[in-house]
Amino acid sequence: MSLESVLIVAAVLFAIGLYGSLARRNVLVVLMSIELMFNAVNVTLVGLARYVAPAAIQEDLGSLLTGQIFAIFIITVAAAEIALGLGIVFAMYRNSDTVDLAEAIELKN
Amino acid sequence: MLFQDIVFWLLSVIAIGAALGVVLIKDLFRAALLLVLVFVAVAGFFVLLSAEFLAVVQVLIYAGAISILLIFAIMLTRNVERGNLANRLQIPAVVFSVMLLAVMITVALQTDWSRFSPGEEEVANVVQTSAVKTLTAEKDAPKLALPDITATQHESLKSAGLADLLVNDFVLPFEAVSLLLLAAVIGSLVLVRPR
Repeated sequence: MSLESVLIVAAVLFAIGLYGSLARRNVLVVLMSIELMFNAVNVTLVGLARYVAPAAIQEDLGSLLTGQIFAIFIITVAAAEIALGLGIVFAMYRNSDTVDLAEAIELKN
Repeated sequence: MLFQDIVFWLLSVIAIGAALGVVLIKDLFRAALLLVLVFVAVAGFFVLLSAEFLAVVQVLIYAGAISILLIFAIMLTRNVERGNLANRLQIPAVVFSVMLLAVMITVALQTDWSRFSPGEEEVANVVQTSAVKTLTAEKDAPKLALPDITATQHESLKSAGLADLLVNDFVLPFEAVSLLLLAAVIGSLVLVRPR
């Protein structure tokens, strides 16, 4: 387990999430893929915090935790995002009776 | 070290396999359950990377709250039977994702990361594994009897916990994120309010 292997696994997770959010028609799968990408970014941040020396390590040992703090903020933003995203999905389902992004064409033309 | 390697590669296989399942499997409900598996595997990564607090948060918020919300949404929207279709952009999406993956792997392998020196790594391990409680110089003196630690570093240990950092260095993002959560709660209430 080295820094490179952590980064590569996170990159693979991110790429899978990116594919899912670009190529899938169901909006719930797109939301799930976005969560996958958030997780991949969190793994990257925590891995970098674990293996890479911050520039300020000589003055402030708190800088060793910067990656973990960033991950906490990302988790918070992800929670807010999923709550709002599902609200939008429900509104869309109520208005147009579909969760298929290919049929959500109210904004077309 | 070997044991950690085995656990890491096992978790990697689980996480990547389950993530592929999330985007490829036809049954939406199973996709959501596989997503829970990815979240638990990522929590395992956090434990391996000495971020225990984040692992607990990951299980509570992702595996607990977010996945339940997603499963509720899948149940309520009721076109599970149509499943998980691909759109017309499937091939460009695959190409783009693979290209981005290649770039990310190249960058990860070719960057000259400024790694810890062995002494620093020991200090980092102590600070990160005790991130939820503030280290005080007296109580943890034996733990911190490390050769490489300087006086300035020793002084900064008093505020080197996650909670200390959240209310000192990162207080502005902390307040911003609180405001964001409040706005998200109000926004989702407005969105789903029956007319």
